[in-house]
Amino acid sequence: MSEILSAPYVLEYTYTRSTGPVVGRFLESLRYEVLEGVKTADGRVLCPPLEYDEDGEPTTDEFVQLRPSGTVKSWSWVPEPRKGHPFDRPFAWALVQIDGADNAMVHAVDAGKAKRMHTGMRVRLRWADEKQGTIRDIACFEPIASYMPSPVHLEYDVNPGKHYSAYLRGLQEGKLIGGRDPEAGKVYVPPRGADPMTGNPTNEYVEVADVGVLTTFAIIRIPFEGQKLKPPYCFGAIVLDGADSPIYHLISGVPHDEIRMGMRVKAKWKPREQWETSLENILYFEPTGEPDAPFDSYKEHL
Amino acid sequence: MRDVAIVSFAQLPSVKAIDATDEAELVQPVTSDAMKQLGLSQDDIGFTCSGSTDYLPGRPFSFVAAVDGLKAWPPIRESHVEMDGAFALYEAWVRLMHGDIDTAMVFSFGKSSLGPVPDILNLQNDPYYVQPLGLDSISAAALQAQAMIDAGKATERDFAEVVARNRKNAVDNPNAQIKGDFSVDQMLEEPYISSPLRKSFCPPLSDSAAAIVLAAGDRARELVKRPAWIRGIDHRTEPHALGQRDLTTSPSSTLAAEKAGLVQGRVDVAELHAPFAHQEIILREAMGLGDEVRINPSGGALAANSLMTAGLIRFGEAAGRILSGDAGRALAHASNGVCLQHNLVAILEGE
Amino acid sequence: MAEPCAVIGIGQTKHRESRRDLSIPGLVRDAALRALQDADMTWKDIDSIVIGTAPDMFEGVMMPELWLSDALGAAGKPIFRVHTAGSVGGSTAVVAAHLIQGGVHEKVLTLAFEKQSESNAMWALSPAIPFQPQLVAGAGGYFAPLMRSYIRRADAHPDTGCMVAVKDRQHGLLNPNAHLHLDQTLEQVKASPMLWDPIRYSETCPSSDGAVAMVLVSEKHAGRVKNPAWVKGTSVRTERTFFAGRDQVNPAAGQLCAKDVYDEAGIRNPLKEIDCAEVYVPFSWFEPMWLENLGFAEQGEGWKMTMEGKTKIGGEMPWNMSGGVMCTNPIGASGMLRFAEAARQVRGTAERHQVDGAKVALGHAYGGGSQFFAMWIVSSER
Repeated sequence: MSEILSAPYVLEYTYTRSTGPVVGRFLESLRYEVLEGVKTADGRVLCPPLEYDEDGEPTTDEFVQLRPSGTVKSWSWVPEPRKGHPFDRPFAWALVQIDGADNAMVHAVDAGKAKRMHTGMRVRLRWADEKQGTIRDIACFEPIASYMPSPVHLEYDVNPGKHYSAYLRGLQEGKLIGGRDPEAGKVYVPPRGADPMTGNPTNEYVEVADVGVLTTFAIIRIPFEGQKLKPPYCFGAIVLDGADSPIYHLISGVPHDEIRMGMRVKAKWKPREQWETSLENILYFEPTGEPDAPFDSYKEHL
Repeated sequence: MRDVAIVSFAQLPSVKAIDATDEAELVQPVTSDAMKQLGLSQDDIGFTCSGSTDYLPGRPFSFVAAVDGLKAWPPIRESHVEMDGAFALYEAWVRLMHGDIDTAMVFSFGKSSLGPVPDILNLQNDPYYVQPLGLDSISAAALQAQAMIDAGKATERDFAEVVARNRKNAVDNPNAQIKGDFSVDQMLEEPYISSPLRKSFCPPLSDSAAAIVLAAGDRARELVKRPAWIRGIDHRTEPHALGQRDLTTSPSSTLAAEKAGLVQGRVDVAELHAPFAHQEIILREAMGLGDEVRINPSGGALAANSLMTAGLIRFGEAAGRILSGDAGRALAHASNGVCLQHNLVAILEGE
Repeated sequence: MAEPCAVIGIGQTKHRESRRDLSIPGLVRDAALRALQDADMTWKDIDSIVIGTAPDMFEGVMMPELWLSDALGAAGKPIFRVHTAGSVGGSTAVVAAHLIQGGVHEKVLTLAFEKQSESNAMWALSPAIPFQPQLVAGAGGYFAPLMRSYIRRADAHPDTGCMVAVKDRQHGLLNPNAHLHLDQTLEQVKASPMLWDPIRYSETCPSSDGAVAMVLVSEKHAGRVKNPAWVKGTSVRTERTFFAGRDQVNPAAGQLCAKDVYDEAGIRNPLKEIDCAEVYVPFSWFEPMWLENLGFAEQGEGWKMTMEGKTKIGGEMPWNMSGGVMCTNPIGASGMLRFAEAARQVRGTAERHQVDGAKVALGHAYGGGSQFFAMWIVSSER
């Protein structure tokens, strides 16, 4: 059986179009970054301008300059652009009604993300750097945010208090330090200024173990601004052996659906040479494999 | 005005690609089939008209090669429209009104597999303002679909249900390309091609060819038992620019249906040339076709979509229901242009 | 059974190599507006529009009737696009006439156009399709061998082609709308370079931008003007490009098309009963060839009529009083220009290129490899 013959065939040509008085004037104005519309016989404004309106009536020769901004009347997000599209990264098509015009223009919106697109949103025109005398002298439109960005940037020099510093220095040496009011006897990790029950300073430093009980926990699934970790992840409250208050840290090394209240967990430290004055010396807590602590033993920490 | 009827219909199964066939090889089997069903030959046909577009194969005058699929000797009365074959049917219907001939044959053909159809269709757009942007046909339809959602006239689930219904109907159609019981929920999980259109909301691209024979008055009665009489046929267009139309309505369909004699949506069955799911919703509303009307029993353009032939196939399928006695009154619709700019409607009836 | 159909408005642009001053919508609007004014009608009066143009590739807009709908006031109306290659202007007018004759519409605007300056006709006509050697160099290359055949068969005087060129261009000087206004002598034409032997540069049609429009109406509305042109007959015929025994010099489709239209119009002797004709002659030698094909001359005798000056205005059988395709060739419009110019003659509105007392005229168009034919006969009498 003979093969099917097949060969590529390219049809291409660059037409040289006469634009006429109305379209020609509009395209010429784009070169100077001036956006114009034309008035119809019944007083409406069309942008882009047409020689004849939808009733077949010729438009007037009165042009008006328009603000290079408008409102999206409909749109479509293109996740994988085709060859020939205005962008080779995801973008949106839109029908944009220019402010002051009565019709809408087909163009592209460089919104960055699909969720930024919605009908009724405001957009502004972005001009092409190099003008060729075509509609592409309008490079695209971009979203105008309805809020004004107000950045805040203040530089501080922070230093922690005495007790917290002791905690951090302990971490630098691979130790977890708690503080205790000798009278009350409860060990707080990290050490605080005063025992909340007695009001006395927690001056006595006690080293606690890096293993303890996971009392409660949460599995985080939603992303948020400034988040460093990629969800889903688990963090929980761990009461270390010898401590009376929990510290909070990540739980890892175990499938999320096997994490349980009362689970015995142990710190997983970074390599020694990476230790700093930070709780981040501990990467996370992972199960020890021991039997769970009985509920009564930790219920008061919930 | 004379009574004219559709008396036969033939089509090639719509498939993704009919390899190694040129225009004549597409046209010859369907035209001879349509004539053979009636025991006729080209010599019995008074006028022949075809519908096709040069841009599908990318060659000017491509329809000329199609004539090589016919017996054009002695020389025949023949014409051609650069539109869907349904419009060629309209020209043939007009020709029969003249009264000097009693039969006509129309055909159309198109190989969507040869070139990038969505990009080819960008060439229908305004050459100054839209063509340079490369607005392909799927993206244009997407702007219309989004407008439907914004207007509260439909949801994506509604689109998916239209698709499911059409492709399920297609199971009984040996000529359809996509057929089966497709899950609405699964469709809604597909990624967007151009939001809000997911792949399933778009038509397939098919290669096919189709032919129909028309006959007038008693000649039609001689040829078949139940001619599908064209009681009325009309077409209308709308302004071209997408930014000047209400994309959620189809006033040209409403007007054409009215002129063709559709009264209050009363037909048994309707074959609508709606390549995109949301367009079926628009057309039903425009023509008042309620739940009691069977829509696209063939599966419509969502099941098989050969450019330039899909509209003619709607006419053939609608007529087929009447010829077989399956329906008493049918509506056939064909569309031309971007986002249903131009629409043709016919009302067909058994005696 | 057909309803009478009359032409009551005709309009055309000034045809030029390049109408840079107009966009395509502007071009069609110009012709359409002139036709409406000639008919004393407005856009609102029109029921339906039928438009014809040659391959979309000439302008690079697919299905241009969709884009041109605003320029033609088409919203809410039917608009239809015919494409039958070079004969398209003629077959478009035929479709428009049928809408009236079939009683479908009462007032139809028909139009044909081409804006060739926006692209390149040679490119559009000779794309490099795979698997096919690119032998043909434009239309002239296709037809030259046929003319050589004719010259031999008819033993024609070798100057015949040049005589046609001189005559058509003399006629063109009388027509302000014509593209070419060339006052050339026989010697000048004979001296011009050979392009496709035996066709010389001066024997070739130009490439033009232009549009033409007509308003066709039913009998009821014909009284709007004092001088309607009545359509007495229309016909179209097609044959295949290639088949064994095909005569491309005197194609059967052309002969049969002529017979159809003469029968319908009740004409038995075209030479005596037709006063003048506008015939599609893009290369000079087609005049004698078509004189024979359309029955105005016996086989092998057509060239004599040309040499004897019978086809000039004032002669026994004037052909192409407007200057014809040899002076103006916007390809999609050329066929309709023939039909429109024939109608102008019987309406008496052809101004300086009018044939005195013309009552019956023939309009003719052909296309493809001499395979598509369209014709009409118009008369000042109903």
